[in-house]
Amino acid sequence: MATKLDKPLRVAGEPWVWCTAMGLTLGMVMVVLLLGLIAWNGLSVFWPKRVDLVTLRAGSQAGIGGSRTLAGELVKRQERTAPTERGTYEIQLFVGNRDAYDFSFKYLDEADIESRATPPELMVIERMEGGDAIGTPVRLMVKGESDLAADAGAFLSRLRAQVEVAQARRAAILRVEKHEIGAINRDLEDANRALRNPSADRVRIDGEVAKLQQRYAELADQARQLRAAQADDQLILRLATGEERRIALGQIVDYAWPNQLSTWQRITASFHAGWNFLSENPREANTEGGIFPAIFGTFVMTLLMSVAVVPFGVVAAIYLREYAKQGTWVRMVRIAVNNLAGVPSIVFGVFGLGFFVYVVGGSIDSLFYPEYGSTPVFGTGGVLWASATMALMTVPVVIVATEEAIAAVPRGAREGSLACGASKWQTIRSIILPASAPGILTGLILAMARGAGEVAPLMLVGVVKLAPTLPVDSLWKATDVVPFVHLDQKFMHLGFHIYDLGFQSPDSEAAKPMVFATTLFLIVLVLVLNLGAILIRERLRRRYALGAF
Amino acid sequence: MTTSPADRQHAAQAEAETAKSGSISIRNFDFFYSGHQALFDISMEIPPRQVSALIGPSGCGKSTLLRNINRMNDLIDGISHRGDIQIDGRTIYDPHLEVTSLRKRVGMVFQKSNPFPKSIYENVVYGLRVSGVNDRSTLDRACEEALRSSALWDEVKDRLQQSALGLSGGQQQRLCIARTIAIRPEIVLMDEPCSALDPIATGKIEELIMQLKKDFTVVIVTHNMQQAARCSDRTAFFYLGKLIEFDATVKIFTTPGQKQTEDYITGRFG
Ligand SMILES: Nc1ncnc2c1ncn2[C@@H]1O[C@H](COP(=O)(O)OP(=O)(O)OP(=O)(O)O)[C@@H](O)[C@H]1O
Ligand SMILES: [Mg+2]
Repeated sequence: MATKLDKPLRVAGEPWVWCTAMGLTLGMVMVVLLLGLIAWNGLSVFWPKRVDLVTLRAGSQAGIGGSRTLAGELVKRQERTAPTERGTYEIQLFVGNRDAYDFSFKYLDEADIESRATPPELMVIERMEGGDAIGTPVRLMVKGESDLAADAGAFLSRLRAQVEVAQARRAAILRVEKHEIGAINRDLEDANRALRNPSADRVRIDGEVAKLQQRYAELADQARQLRAAQADDQLILRLATGEERRIALGQIVDYAWPNQLSTWQRITASFHAGWNFLSENPREANTEGGIFPAIFGTFVMTLLMSVAVVPFGVVAAIYLREYAKQGTWVRMVRIAVNNLAGVPSIVFGVFGLGFFVYVVGGSIDSLFYPEYGSTPVFGTGGVLWASATMALMTVPVVIVATEEAIAAVPRGAREGSLACGASKWQTIRSIILPASAPGILTGLILAMARGAGEVAPLMLVGVVKLAPTLPVDSLWKATDVVPFVHLDQKFMHLGFHIYDLGFQSPDSEAAKPMVFATTLFLIVLVLVLNLGAILIRERLRRRYALGAF
Repeated sequence: MTTSPADRQHAAQAEAETAKSGSISIRNFDFFYSGHQALFDISMEIPPRQVSALIGPSGCGKSTLLRNINRMNDLIDGISHRGDIQIDGRTIYDPHLEVTSLRKRVGMVFQKSNPFPKSIYENVVYGLRVSGVNDRSTLDRACEEALRSSALWDEVKDRLQQSALGLSGGQQQRLCIARTIAIRPEIVLMDEPCSALDPIATGKIEELIMQLKKDFTVVIVTHNMQQAARCSDRTAFFYLGKLIEFDATVKIFTTPGQKQTEDYITGRFG
């Protein structure tokens, strides 16, 4: 009997405990490292970096256009792949001014560099087109005023005032071109469709069309004038290579003197940049600007998917567990459902395209929108079909989780309810479903985690690089603004945005920071959605704690 | 005071209610769990408004019989029966009889208390709600009445809206009794209602059982001989799925007719 006490290690199982603990630790470390890498790279995008003014050694050919000086933000310092006798390190500079140089990144051998400085007057300007401009301001030319040199006392305040004017004008252009002209275009389309109806009052409609066309011409003219005014005021910037460039104030999104910023200013500036990234529309083929439409599209798609997947999954699980006669048949259905969860997602995408878009959407179009002719409304990819496809893809997860939750409801609860004279359905509704709600939510959390991160099937059923409208927004009519849900519209998605930025854009080096930042926000969005579901689940758990059975 | 026709009708209805007796007669009843026979040719007449105790060693089929009286065994796959069970002369296997309405007439209290994860109030009125009663004042009245008759009112009247899971084990079991009697059944079946309770809680429930027999026919399964002796009017002894003896409790415990019964109650086996 006493020999039991000094069992060999192997029998006690301690090595296995260590093994499992090590496996867990390894997994955790990898997850933390990955998240840390993404967070670090994603967040550092917003930090305003210093701009170096680099002077090259006399005779070096490394400069741009033969110049000995160049300015840029240090991106990285790395060992050369093929070291030369002059040194092993090289640096990469973000030199900006893509319009002037035709590139925006430049590698330099450290051996070529004579000196590096951070002069305070170097300015970074974020522009609507052409990326950032980096250089020293020379003078401001405001239309109808005499030129103002950069060292004049009034320069800063004039610049700020005129940039604000230009930004207000940009908002006005957006309103006229996108909303007001867009509304007229919609009205014109409506009128054209009405004309196809043989019994239409042609004279009246023609009159309306003429009126609309006149209004259109007025608005177009207004927009043209506004656009022309955007180029009225200009800032002259001297690049580090010595060349002077004119920048229209209408082009300026933001500007800063990064070498003058204090730490606190840097922090506020990065919050500002982060907020802009979250809240603004993308520009320049998505490589600049923000990701708001993609965040919103992902959010709406995931929410719609949840709304669709929960009822389907729960109803199916209730039938399988409570009503179907348990036997070979049900077992086979269950195996099929489990296998459905393992089908590659692209297959669901193809199915969604073939079934939802072409069959369901096509039928809806031919039934309800015959006047649109060959232009599809629902018969093309859109957020509704994307959500439906994702719901189909994730429904097995919800079914399995719900079935398990239902099976875990103690027999006592079920019998207690039946013994009170409740019918089966009453028992399911008022006892079993509430008690299994936390389990159902677990299924939903898993479904959302899978659905929000999926890209491949979405590319077939409605995700686009650049969506003209948000899935939910305000529709500008000729007379008023109404909230509008475009379930038929294509939408943007963070996952696809990452793919598009990182692998489809012409300058992937320039897009890299954006890829990290977008990845970070995709993870944050999934996390936020899951946290929401987890919070609800915890509340339900507390409410329906079944510990007493 | 004059009585309107409606009042008179109401009174007559109330009389009919009290007249419904709740007698159970079991006739040559055999019961099978997927081929395995658990009850053999049981015949017994359980009188109304009395407490009848079912005793016998573990596995002898007491719960099986009890769960047949409100057809709770219907939930199990592969069961079959022969013979008949009648309540007030009507068979419970009548195809026209809804099993839910049978269960409203035959309430059941389980061995492990099983309050729903709802408020105390909602637990008590659950049976009424599922019968379609939603009138607040009716529910309030029924709730108070049921809690009073299950001797729980004073303990919970200030916390009716709190979760029933916060009650003690004994309180939970009395809540389950209140839940059962709130629908005013004729018969209350109890399967070892005190087996998870301490002596004080058990005492309270036993007192309650004595009270209940004024209004209900009570059938109770118990392993506790003293309990059967204390609170039942009649006692049935089962052995290996067969009914050995069913007689007045006094008789069973003093001069049992069968040797097996005597052995069991004197503790020689079981
Ligand atoms: N669901 C079931 N399926 C198959 N056999 C069952 C089932 N429930 C009970 N039995 C069998 O029926 C017989 C009677 O069981 P029952 O539960 O009625 O006994 P009991 O008298 O209540 O015992 P105890 O005092 O231990 O509760 C036992 O042999 C048992 O194994
Ligand atoms: Mg039993």
